[in-house]
Amino acid sequence: MTSFPLQISRPIHPTGIWNWITTIDHKKIGILYGVSAFILFIIGGIEAMLMRAQLASSNLKIIDPELYNQLFTMHGTTMIFLAIMPMGAAFFNYLIPLQIGARDVAFPRLNAFSYWTFLAGAIILNASWFLGGAPNAGWFGYAPITGKAYNVGHGIDFWIISLQVLGIASLAAAFNFIVTIINMRAPGMTFSRLPVFTWMSFITAILLVLAFPVITVALIELQFDRFYGTNFFITSAGGNPILWQHLFWVFGHPEVYILILPAMGIVSEILPTFSKKPLFGYPVVILSGIIIGFMGWMVWSHHMFTVGLGPVANSVFALTTMAIAIPTGVKIFNWLGTLWKGSLTLNTPMLYAIGFILTFTIGGISGVMHSQAASDAQQQDTYFIVAHIHYVLFGGSLIAILGGIYYWFPKFTGRMYDEKMGKLGFYAFFIAMQITFFPMHFTGLNGMPRRIYTYGSEYGWDFWNLISTIGVLLLAISMVIFIYNIVSSWIGGEKASGDPWDARTLEWSISSPPPEYNFAVIPTIEYRDDWWEKKMLGKTSEEITSDDVHLPQPSYWPFIASLGLLIAGFGIILSIPVAILGASITMIGVYAWSFEPVNDPH
Amino acid sequence: MFSLYKKILFITKSAKNIFLALPLLLLLLTLGCSSKDPQSTFDTLGPVSELQLELFYILFWVGLVVFILVAVAVFYIILKYRAKPDDSIPEQIHGNTKLEIIWTVIPILLIIGIAIPSVQAIFASSKPDSKYTNNNLTIDAVGKQWWFEFEYPEYGLITANEVHIPVGEAVTIKLHSQDVLHSFWVPKLAGKVDMVPNNDNHLWLQADEPGIYYGHCAEFCGQAHALMRFKLIAETREEFEAWISHQKTNAWTSSDPLAQEGMEIFMSRDAGCYACHTIQGTDKAKGNQGPNLTHFASRTHFAAGILENNQENLRKWLKEPDKVKPGNLMAKNAAVYNGTSDSLTEQEISALVAFLRSLQ
Ligand code: HEC
Ligand SMILES: [Cu+2]
Ligand SMILES: [Cu+2]
Repeated sequence: MTSFPLQISRPIHPTGIWNWITTIDHKKIGILYGVSAFILFIIGGIEAMLMRAQLASSNLKIIDPELYNQLFTMHGTTMIFLAIMPMGAAFFNYLIPLQIGARDVAFPRLNAFSYWTFLAGAIILNASWFLGGAPNAGWFGYAPITGKAYNVGHGIDFWIISLQVLGIASLAAAFNFIVTIINMRAPGMTFSRLPVFTWMSFITAILLVLAFPVITVALIELQFDRFYGTNFFITSAGGNPILWQHLFWVFGHPEVYILILPAMGIVSEILPTFSKKPLFGYPVVILSGIIIGFMGWMVWSHHMFTVGLGPVANSVFALTTMAIAIPTGVKIFNWLGTLWKGSLTLNTPMLYAIGFILTFTIGGISGVMHSQAASDAQQQDTYFIVAHIHYVLFGGSLIAILGGIYYWFPKFTGRMYDEKMGKLGFYAFFIAMQITFFPMHFTGLNGMPRRIYTYGSEYGWDFWNLISTIGVLLLAISMVIFIYNIVSSWIGGEKASGDPWDARTLEWSISSPPPEYNFAVIPTIEYRDDWWEKKMLGKTSEEITSDDVHLPQPSYWPFIASLGLLIAGFGIILSIPVAILGASITMIGVYAWSFEPVNDPH
Repeated sequence: MFSLYKKILFITKSAKNIFLALPLLLLLLTLGCSSKDPQSTFDTLGPVSELQLELFYILFWVGLVVFILVAVAVFYIILKYRAKPDDSIPEQIHGNTKLEIIWTVIPILLIIGIAIPSVQAIFASSKPDSKYTNNNLTIDAVGKQWWFEFEYPEYGLITANEVHIPVGEAVTIKLHSQDVLHSFWVPKLAGKVDMVPNNDNHLWLQADEPGIYYGHCAEFCGQAHALMRFKLIAETREEFEAWISHQKTNAWTSSDPLAQEGMEIFMSRDAGCYACHTIQGTDKAKGNQGPNLTHFASRTHFAAGILENNQENLRKWLKEPDKVKPGNLMAKNAAVYNGTSDSLTEQEISALVAFLRSLQ
């Protein structure tokens, strides 16, 4: 084995940029995920603002139709795959090992590979802007408009390949977290004591593993249609466009829960801490998460009520969709139960969590409205749906993520954020969100279809569209406040203690930010909310530090393997030799990674 | 259970005025959007949209009550249980089985209650039952990038972007697509159904009042999706039949010399209009890439419902179609517009306008 030519030794204490490129520390990777996803979130937000500018009034000519189509496609794809999902991944990375009492994830190098591969996917997708135009068929990419006959440029190709690359990243990460949660729990950390955030992440990872292959298959079929002349979706050759819709939504609906379950996990951590009470109905909250994850597979055709599946199929999917509201409602009641009789501290993360309950309830209710196949025929593909998805994704996932950033900010950075500015940012955000998205219910019910770049003044849609556009400006301001608060506090905030909130779960038992090895001594868990219970019983011991914890060393190879995928991704679209080059680099990376030596502990 | 539901529905119906007026006030007055807007889903003028709106209101009321309960609970708790400086650690309540059962069972009952009208509405909107006047009128609607073709197979008639139906009768519309996905939607009459290539659909609708109804393509279909609209014209049975028999005649009878000149340009190789458009009664114009223009002048709008049919608009359209409707396939494929042949002169456009406007 020693003769293997690429057996170069691992980097030891790399500094500067190499520190980040070679890191396999789950905390650093978490931060990389978070920062990258946030930058992409801003890009997606700018895309949204451009669209809102065009829709501010009837017959505007700010954005031409082709660009508009690219903008809504990129906005949707970016927000879902490059912003909210990786922000979830940032939390998984940083928190799961800390919450279960582990020193790292099960496969630290695979974890680095997931991040770099995600970044490769993000670069491929956004590079399309500069290489002949972004994809323009919507984030749902309904056949047959994605076919070569209707879409000649490379935009769709970039979309396909980037989603495939992102799929690799997501699957690798999901497997990693499943194994981590099953195998790396500290002694005594049974599944019935697992923090709720980790539980929801666990369900999310399982959903990811099951859902992503479905879209991978669909994308491969589409890729073959476009690249090699097959006829899966080419209608002029007898292809079936409905097949795409089924595959897409069999992935797409569980994807909705992939986006919302981590958010529910975050909220389920914030509310108990600031109520000074345990989560109400812990087993019920977990069980309803599992039920939601399971039932998420039985409702996909509610996205297809107008496709003509017939009254029987529509009834079945209407009923299953209504049923999924039950476990969701139960969660909301349990959160209220958590607050009930608590001692509530209404600081910034808590405000976001309470905001989540309110807006997510609205999104849930409009969701049940769409489940009515008959009346959904009036709502499908209108702004009413746009309102709904923003209430669940923006007013659900994202609001919880922002709350989570504030909540764990001391843990992530070792510093405190500015509370006053945090609250101001929250109120600005919350109000701006209602101004932006609530009017979309009205424009939708007033007959405004989605994905239109212009409308006439005779429709009566001007007023509420203008309000929505004003709302987006306010949202942008609120995000500036958020970013300013985070950046300035990160640089110069007050130093945070290990447990600034008097919180309940294990991550608060160690210093902020945690040492590289997390736990000098792996804790033994005796209770649910172990840290809180031990504090109550006075059983906490002085934190010890350690110099001789053996941790896996950094590695060049995950980065190299992902770099190969990046090159191969461009190659498949633009030039086969480049694709071969990229694939070779990935092979070398993976091969060298498998034979990489372990440096001696020094 | 079922009779209970019927009873509730009856109460709802008898209290309809209050029930409908309240949300209308709530939704429309405060919102400032008038239900008279051309695509309002509240201004229902046919049985299908009405049934869909009734279902919407059931959900709206239930949803409103649920939201108010949650919101009131949230604000009550926030005000009541806000931390005070002298708070001791609150009781560590881990849950309550009775409560869990209650707040699981109540939503289940609620959902069951909604499920009944829900499924009923799905079946009721899927086909007309015997209580409607039904002369079995069937129209084929074909979605094309980016306009609608309407065919009346019984009458051997094809028209575009404007569909006529008799008022007070259930009409079946079969839906097809020639290229990508589209969706047929007349909000005041019925919810949308998609037009899917290789996968024919249909819907039924009925207009209770005569008038011009707005329709819009509701499934993203490419560049000019926003400008893919149509009009549905509901008229009395007599007017409808008169319209049919008029449409079956040949329109080209004019003796105006300018129109005559336009006709010649239309049929000329240089302009090439005939290759894409059909004008019934001429032996050259039999193309089918563009809308059938036989009775073009009798239509109120053109270019898929976006332009009022008048002299000025028609000039604009024939001069620079891409400016009026970016991306449209006439601008893209016709030699006089895509630069592969000389563009039309002002004189030629005047002649073509005169010709097209004579096609009554
Ligand atoms: C390559 C095929 C093609 C040629 C050639 C062509 N057209 Fe068209 N025409 C179309 C298409 C396609 C449309 C529908 C455009 C739309 O609304 O998106 C159209 C629409 C129209 C309409 C509006 C019809 C309606 O009811 O909406 C008129 C009028 C018209 N064309 C006139 C002409 C004239 C005059 C010429 C010759 C100068 C011509 N066309 C040449 C394809 C063609
Ligand atoms: Cu769904
Ligand atoms: Cu369309």
